[in-house]
Amino acid sequence: MQDNLQSSSYKELEQKSKYTNMFLRWFLYFVLILFASYFIFPLYVMVVTSLKTMEEIRQGTLLTWPSSLNFDSWLVAWGGRGYGAGDTFLRPYFWNSIKMVVPAVFFSTFIGAMTGYVLTKWRFKGDQWVFLFLLFGCFIPFQAILLPMARTLGTLGISNSVVGLVLVHTVYGIPFTTLFFRNYYISVPTELVKAARIDGAGFFKIFFKILLPISAPIIVVTVIWQFTQIWNDFLFGSTFSFGEAAPIQVALNNMVLSSTSVKEYNVDMASAIIAGIPTLIVYVLAGKYFIRGLTSGAVKG
Amino acid sequence: MKTLKIEELSKNFGTTEVLRKINLEIDEGNFLVLLGPSGCGKSTLLNIIAGLETINEGNVFIDDYNVSKVEPKDRNIAMVFQSYALYPSMNVKENMIFGLKQAKTSKEKIAEQLEKVSTFLQVDKLLERKPSQLSGGQRQRVAIGRALVREPRIFLFDEPLSNLDAKLRVEMRREIKKLHQQLKTTVVYVTHDQTEAMSLGTKIAIMNHGVIQQNETPENIYNKPSNTFVADFIGSPSMNLIKGKLIKNSNNISFIADDSSLEVPINNYDFKENSDLNNKEIYFGIRPEHIYFKKLNEDDFDINLRADLSEYIGHEQIVTLDYSNQEILAKFPSTIKIELEKEMKLYFDLAHISLFDLKTKERI
Repeated sequence: MQDNLQSSSYKELEQKSKYTNMFLRWFLYFVLILFASYFIFPLYVMVVTSLKTMEEIRQGTLLTWPSSLNFDSWLVAWGGRGYGAGDTFLRPYFWNSIKMVVPAVFFSTFIGAMTGYVLTKWRFKGDQWVFLFLLFGCFIPFQAILLPMARTLGTLGISNSVVGLVLVHTVYGIPFTTLFFRNYYISVPTELVKAARIDGAGFFKIFFKILLPISAPIIVVTVIWQFTQIWNDFLFGSTFSFGEAAPIQVALNNMVLSSTSVKEYNVDMASAIIAGIPTLIVYVLAGKYFIRGLTSGAVKG
Repeated sequence: MKTLKIEELSKNFGTTEVLRKINLEIDEGNFLVLLGPSGCGKSTLLNIIAGLETINEGNVFIDDYNVSKVEPKDRNIAMVFQSYALYPSMNVKENMIFGLKQAKTSKEKIAEQLEKVSTFLQVDKLLERKPSQLSGGQRQRVAIGRALVREPRIFLFDEPLSNLDAKLRVEMRREIKKLHQQLKTTVVYVTHDQTEAMSLGTKIAIMNHGVIQQNETPENIYNKPSNTFVADFIGSPSMNLIKGKLIKNSNNISFIADDSSLEVPINNYDFKENSDLNNKEIYFGIRPEHIYFKKLNEDDFDINLRADLSEYIGHEQIVTLDYSNQEILAKFPSTIKIELEKEMKLYFDLAHISLFDLKTKERI
């Protein structure tokens, strides 16, 4: 009698939990889709608008689909209209940005790897202080160093040049890249370095032959981070460069804000997408290593 | 000529003293084990021998040559690490010849050495593999191989077996022993495992708090521990230390435990010094395996003790006994039936006892 009663009540509970689980699952999907569309929506508007003609933009709403695939505004954003004065377009600035971002990412990553290596594997007296001061660099608001930096660049004779921007971005990248590499190398057993020292390898040989070959995950993380930071930077670009030396984000701003005639939303949107594409490419190519590099670290020997 | 000699060596990290006035000598072909609990300084000592740590005071000699300020690579040593420390990005072959390449050895010599060592250690089929594709035992073998190809004067092992599972550990232990028998190279081996130390070492140096407590053959360490630390550290379960005092009259000398009137005659004990023994407060040390259930020797001393607890561990059992309110342990074959809470007749093997001064904890 008692057994029967119990088994029936268990059945009831089972049924109940089944409904609860189903409800929660649907609710979860609903929330996820909601958030996903929240993030995708602006991109959709940008792409759609960039493909419309001005006529269509004026007549339709934000969401209406373009009548035909029309890449004219992309061409204008990239290469200009072909008339002389006052025609701003992205191509030269895009190359400015490339010339700035490649060396800056390379140097900041390399130097960060080196400092991370020293701070973990060649400990010296006061190394915690060095690391602490480097960490400070991560928290200093960039606005605070604009003036002294401008002075420094002026003294060095490299203000308003791509070289100057490379220097600025390298210096301000080092705290972050050092942090990444230090945290990665701290999980690499120091015995590896000891073994290599007994085998007769020196400071640089150990770095290049033993540590760098196992640093791929963290190099990817650092490169993505630095690339995004430097490519998207507007503050340093607009402060330390103008005219022809400006990086793409500054040019984009000039282009959108300084139009004298009618606002060309389709060209503006196309320009914004062009300015954002390189970071997207980096993420797509290296994204899976990004997560892996952030979460892993331990190297099993 | 001593292969390795350490003289008055001291080391501190900041204000923490890690090693204090260490003196140590090893003859050619010996296997010295540095044994001690974690934090006793044994690994630091090994790193100093390797040249990976600096010295605060004292000197290290290899073949009578002072190497205290010589770089690790020039000391003619090789080291095997606990984590194996194989270079993850290189395959087995590259791992093994890395050191030779750094030393600019000729190609023919490298190939010859690699061939010899890899067949000897049975890793010749694994040469193209990466360390991550090897099992624990294979990694261990490659790590030993990397040390072997350099034909060093001294081998340094830093707890090489503690990352392996129990079964493999016993196997590798035997292989290291075999290796030493065949190669006859001098070895310094760090471990915290007394079984490893006992089975491998020709000499064992027991360390505690940066001081060498005793440096002798495994037999002497086991039978004649020089102080209570060694007595307690070696053996499982460790030696029983019964508090009490000595009674000496004319020709007889005996031991009486605290709160007891039973006199245990110890006339045959080999005292270091014979004076001033009467009423001396001591620890009476006897190993659990030297308390018998049956009389084995003529001199065995019979005693009635109450059994309080019995722990069955397969081939034997560990019985907790009460010796006038002091807890002592004994080891018997598990075939013997023990009645708890009852007194039974047991036998102390007086040929295997150790006596220690209660104050100084030193052997008397």
